[in-house]
Amino acid sequence: MATPTLTETLDLSAKFPGAVTADARPGYTGWIVEAGKLLEVAAFLRDEMGYDLLSSVTGVDYLPDEKMEVVYQAYKTTGGPGIFFKVQAPRLDPIEVPSVVPIWPGADLQEREIWDLYGVKFTGHPDLRRILTWEGFSGHPMRKDWKEAFYEEDAKPFKSRWPEGRIKMAEERNPFGDNVTFDEGFDPEKWTSNDPEEALYTSLKKYTAETSDGIKTDHILVNMGPQHPSTHGVFRAVVILDGETVVSLKPVMGYLHRNHEKIGERNTFLQNMPYTDRLDYFNSMSNNWGYALAVEKLMGVAVPERAEYIRVIMAELSRIQNHLIWTGMMLNDLGAYFTPALYAFEERELILDIFEAVAGSRMMCNYFRFGGLARDLPEGTLEKIKDLVFDRLAAKVDEFDRLLTENEILVARLKGISKLSPEDAVAYSMTGPVLRAAGVPYDIRRAEPYGIYDRFDFDVVTQTDGDMYARYLVRLEEMRQSLRILRQAIAGLPEGPIITGKPQYQVRVPAGEAYGRIEAPKGELGYYVISNGKPNPWRYHVRAPSFINLTALEKMCVGGKIADFVAILGTIDIVLGELDR
Amino acid sequence: MNGKGLLKGLSVTAKRFFDSYLEDVRWLGKKATPEKIAFRSSKDARGTFTVQFPEEKLPVPEEFRYIPFLVYDEAEGSKEIRCTSCGICAKVCPPQCIWIVRTNDPETGKPVPQPAEFYIDADICMNCGLCAEYCPFDAIKMDHDYEIASYHRNVFNLEKLMKPASYYAEIRPHNNQREEEARAAKAAAKAAAAAAKAE
Ligand code: SF4
Ligand code: SF4
Repeated sequence: MATPTLTETLDLSAKFPGAVTADARPGYTGWIVEAGKLLEVAAFLRDEMGYDLLSSVTGVDYLPDEKMEVVYQAYKTTGGPGIFFKVQAPRLDPIEVPSVVPIWPGADLQEREIWDLYGVKFTGHPDLRRILTWEGFSGHPMRKDWKEAFYEEDAKPFKSRWPEGRIKMAEERNPFGDNVTFDEGFDPEKWTSNDPEEALYTSLKKYTAETSDGIKTDHILVNMGPQHPSTHGVFRAVVILDGETVVSLKPVMGYLHRNHEKIGERNTFLQNMPYTDRLDYFNSMSNNWGYALAVEKLMGVAVPERAEYIRVIMAELSRIQNHLIWTGMMLNDLGAYFTPALYAFEERELILDIFEAVAGSRMMCNYFRFGGLARDLPEGTLEKIKDLVFDRLAAKVDEFDRLLTENEILVARLKGISKLSPEDAVAYSMTGPVLRAAGVPYDIRRAEPYGIYDRFDFDVVTQTDGDMYARYLVRLEEMRQSLRILRQAIAGLPEGPIITGKPQYQVRVPAGEAYGRIEAPKGELGYYVISNGKPNPWRYHVRAPSFINLTALEKMCVGGKIADFVAILGTIDIVLGELDR
Repeated sequence: MNGKGLLKGLSVTAKRFFDSYLEDVRWLGKKATPEKIAFRSSKDARGTFTVQFPEEKLPVPEEFRYIPFLVYDEAEGSKEIRCTSCGICAKVCPPQCIWIVRTNDPETGKPVPQPAEFYIDADICMNCGLCAEYCPFDAIKMDHDYEIASYHRNVFNLEKLMKPASYYAEIRPHNNQREEEARAAKAAAKAAAAAAKAE
């Protein structure tokens, strides 16, 4: 399968002569747009061509060509393949590219990420600050010439392990306190942000002490987190309150940032597979799939039938347990302390038993390989899956329905709150259940089917209200649809091989780019992979739904009560492993 | 707002509440017997899902993987390690936590297919299982022993890593059988080829 483009039907270079050229590099597709014309082209694509959903914005450092590139992937919410377009800038500081936030507000956090990690200045961006690293960080770590502390080699495998066999433990290489570099003259002990109002807080809406009826009122600034039970991890939101009403809000993240993508570029293609498990650690099966899809596109390798079916079975089981846990944890956020969560954990336990039997691990599955799977289903596992799918899970989903859906307290807490209109949801690049709850029937399994999803009968679940209750209903119904897919997949599961060719630890990946995307339980999970023909990817980017879905967090919270913030964050369904990468 | 939905929900909770006691009575006095555990992980599981670790333990499936170990064959009292220090596991290991020192023949200086030293930094190991998956000699396998918490760093050396083939056969009977058959077939093919050549 080639990377989808509309090159045949849409000739951008004829529409914008001189400013847009087709990307002619071997293995590449799409268009190269002149920086000065970017906004014009983007507006044309959105308004006239219907590419309303900006899925992903990625920076790429082409150090040998002295170029920095920003890659945009836009899709139509009505379905079909997307369009890639790119802006190139000479690799001289400052590197400047116009911001597309005025066209697609969903680029907000992503452009901040590129600024942080690549040092590309987006002119016209409303709030260009570092996002994943902290304010005092030195340099832009994803640049190819930026080396981490105790850097060893550009690419694994490292020779010191074999054949040299020099034994050194991690702590000898990485003494505590000595593994960070700072800007010259920077003393982390003495550093305080010179003016705390300056950086983060001025990005919030300015507030003035108002005088009404002669009584002085003031807005309050509250830091929720980074250690806050509502955030399911280390995540912080800075909020300005007028009484209990949220006036302005900014998410602060990166506490779990480990530069996953830099690690990914040091790794060989295969070595990245277990690392993807650690993104959204609830759904390692889906994570594996997205990555396998991208690399399979580059390699041009087909997946045997049986493996395709098992992939669907695993991904849908994963979706069910994700939505179950979401429901349980959501109720925790609302204050129903742990009863629904523990009910959900029981079903998840049974699903994880299956993952453990198949993949060897409950959460870190590492089960997919390029062109197939690591191993076939062990004896007895298919029976267990059938037991669950045919005899248990449907009843349990109904039980959740009985337990929660009509509960008056739940309805009162969720209904009508944090409404997101379909227009806003698309503009902010929301994907997954949150987008569908706003009434946009966009599901990649249907919009651009991957694997064998085009063979199954299922409904794309939508609701129209766009509020928190709608998000709950969408997920509840999606579990039923997943069971529907599972029943068909189990019935159709053929015998046969589970991988194309011999399993290989060093795969040959032809040069080029590929974007593999799947409908993960949390939204669109995409992997943008560039190979230059070497054993390691030149670029490995993860489009994390948890991260991009937060772009609309402020929009969803402003005007509401602070007490609802906890629940709103819950309804987005974030996982910090994926958010901070 | 008439509380009907609430009551409906509470009926679920009540059923669960009674179930947990009924199940407790049913398994009264029985610790984690295999039947109890099989029931707990079946489609009919009800009541309490948890077990009292460490008194009760859930069995792990054959494919379960934890820190790798090196397989040796027992031959007349000596331990014959299968590893040839080919380095594939060290190369494939994602966090690069395998360190191998090769053996050189003291007289000729040529490499000998056997590791002089073999270390796995078990605190770095991400239990991915790739080493075991790609070792061409069935020499490194994933263990089932997950209780390795300690007060010190877990850097496993050759001595700590070596476990007999019989142990491997015990924890992974199906895999072991498959591999033994494959090895036997390969040996037979080799013998046949040699015989054909000799003629
Ligand atoms: S354990 Fe296997 S892969 Fe590793 S060096 Fe030994 S023989 Fe090679
Ligand atoms: S299990 Fe994975 S991380 Fe651990 S030693 Fe083997 S290859 Fe390395």
